[in-house]
Amino acid sequence: MHPISTVHYLALSAALLLIGTVGVLTRRNVVIILMSIELILNAVNINLIAFSHVLKNVNGQVFAIFVITDAVAEAAVGLGILIALFRNKETVLADEIDLLKW
Amino acid sequence: MLNTVLFYIFALFVLGGGVLTITRRNAVHSALSLIVSLLGVAGLYLLQGAEFLFAVQIVLYVGGIMVLFLFVIMLVNLDEAAKQRQFNRQWLIALVAVAAVGAQIGYFIYRGKDAFRFAEAPVAAAAAALGNTEMVADSLFSEYLLPFEIASVLLLVAVVGSVVMAKKRI
Repeated sequence: MHPISTVHYLALSAALLLIGTVGVLTRRNVVIILMSIELILNAVNINLIAFSHVLKNVNGQVFAIFVITDAVAEAAVGLGILIALFRNKETVLADEIDLLKW
Repeated sequence: MLNTVLFYIFALFVLGGGVLTITRRNAVHSALSLIVSLLGVAGLYLLQGAEFLFAVQIVLYVGGIMVLFLFVIMLVNLDEAAKQRQFNRQWLIALVAVAAVGAQIGYFIYRGKDAFRFAEAPVAAAAAALGNTEMVADSLFSEYLLPFEIASVLLLVAVVGSVVMAKKRI
């Protein structure tokens, strides 16, 4: 077994990013689309921490804290929009919300 | 050796939880799989010496965001959505596009893997005396003080925004 290097973390992060992207692009349920966005943001954080570790520089971890802050704000507002949407349209399926579609 | 084994265990948590999150029909099962994935990410932080972010990940993500998600899943009636089709019509195009992007990223990492072997950074010796949390706090409250304050404004806006969105009439 090889010792774990930065490349391992980058590959793992890329795989998680792709899984999240597939979730955003293919699922119909808005709740699961929001969860997939959380997966994507976590992939970014894995990258930041891997480089922070290998460069012995703590700034990457500070950036990861800001990414987590953004994820919290995004989840709160997204779920608020979802509740408003469900109250008005009675659906949580993304492709049935096509009021602006020509 | 132990690090290698732990890395593969946590990677299995992360990727397995991620795949289960985007494939489950029931949203509660998806949320629970996402918790497994986030705990795996927290373990990876610990492996890389980011103890503060390990705690933040568990307290904020698993304890905060996921509880918020589960609350919304309970508030919104998802039984109807669980009976219907789970994937939209463009799923094949989406998979092909993601595979193309994945091939590009994989090729980039494969070709550039030697470039990621950095030399030991010289600042390491001086900073090693401090703890991880102390170093993060030093950086956050000196170099990144203005972004830190702006982030608090962002959170305030998000709080007000989500209350306005979810309220019946303002």
